[in-house]
Amino acid sequence: MLAALIIVFREVFEAGLIIGIVLAVTGSVPHRNRWIGGGVLAGVLAACVVAAFAGALSQLFAGMGQELFNSAILAIAVMMLTWHNVWMAHHGREMAGEMRAVGLAVADGTKSLLALAVVVGVAVLREGSEVALFLYGVVASNGGSAANLAIGGFIGLALGAAVCLLTYFGLMRIPQRALFATTTALITLLAAGMAAQAVAFLERANWLNSLDTVIWDSGWLLSETSIPGRALHTLIGYTDQPTEMQLLVYVCVLVVTFLLMRLTGSQRTDRAVAVG
Amino acid sequence: MLKLEEGQQVSKVTDMTRKLALAALCALAAFAASPSQAQQATEIRLTYSNGQFQPNQVSAPADKPVTFRVKNLDAKAMEFESTSLRVEKVVAANSEGVINVRALKSGRYEFYDDFNDKARGALTVQ
Repeated sequence: MLAALIIVFREVFEAGLIIGIVLAVTGSVPHRNRWIGGGVLAGVLAACVVAAFAGALSQLFAGMGQELFNSAILAIAVMMLTWHNVWMAHHGREMAGEMRAVGLAVADGTKSLLALAVVVGVAVLREGSEVALFLYGVVASNGGSAANLAIGGFIGLALGAAVCLLTYFGLMRIPQRALFATTTALITLLAAGMAAQAVAFLERANWLNSLDTVIWDSGWLLSETSIPGRALHTLIGYTDQPTEMQLLVYVCVLVVTFLLMRLTGSQRTDRAVAVG
Repeated sequence: MLKLEEGQQVSKVTDMTRKLALAALCALAAFAASPSQAQQATEIRLTYSNGQFQPNQVSAPADKPVTFRVKNLDAKAMEFESTSLRVEKVVAANSEGVINVRALKSGRYEFYDDFNDKARGALTVQ
């Protein structure tokens, strides 16, 4: 039971952190629960589909289907997160300048919610397919311990939900004025980390061999598989043995996001931040 | 008048955005297109049945990439995982998984099934 709990919790943990952040980011947006709930539900369904076809997926691209699939959905999440940040910078300025009809702004807000719902769906999909495979295996083997394992699995799931709530309420304690800057920074780091993970998957698939020398090994200081290591891995993309390409892509995402935000949100940035 | 300026500015911004995105794509394409002929990898075949790896002790030469081919003969999925090899891959029931590992220094690298902690094995690199 404990083994099942740990396996499931480890997988749900990452999705929990991401959903918590997204909930905090969308704090006061109307209908946000519907969108995020939809993202979670779509993620769970997609995870079951992926789990059901895991064998077939592996066989694609000379056995590298899983890796390429993972890097593709991570790339989608990176684009959605970056787009959200840039949109927020832009939108905040417009609100400050009162140049736009409120109705339009609300419609745009829905677009941004859609992007974040996709991010949530992707997070749930990535972690959920492994949980689904594991729990399916437990049920299929249907030994006397199956019920026990299933209980462990569900406790793991509940703990993952607790991580999500802790992240959310933790972020909500930040004063409103600082919250926008904090969540923008969090989302940017999240995107950069996901981009670096996408690179790691391409490297494993042997699709990307340039600059694949490991720069440092900080495993002795903070192992990527420990709980703090995992949390940092999700939040800022910490990895104990990054390759040159991973670091390069990581920095590129940070710089590009920063530049795009400056370009779209220039001039009245100060007031925009206060409003946003 | 104000509206017009705003429009112009927005189009300038989107133009810049497009250019930046294009530049980023080109850079990525250049990297991806660079010759990706990896060194000849050492291939290691493993089977997984009744919750055990067979063989569970394998070896490979140092400084050469390794490719694992793990055949899962069991009726449930397994996850081939190793902290030291930095791999993690789900192998569905009755199917084969291919796992690439970059060139390794000599040493002992343990691997296991993440869904079943009784299944363990090790790769010795020398």
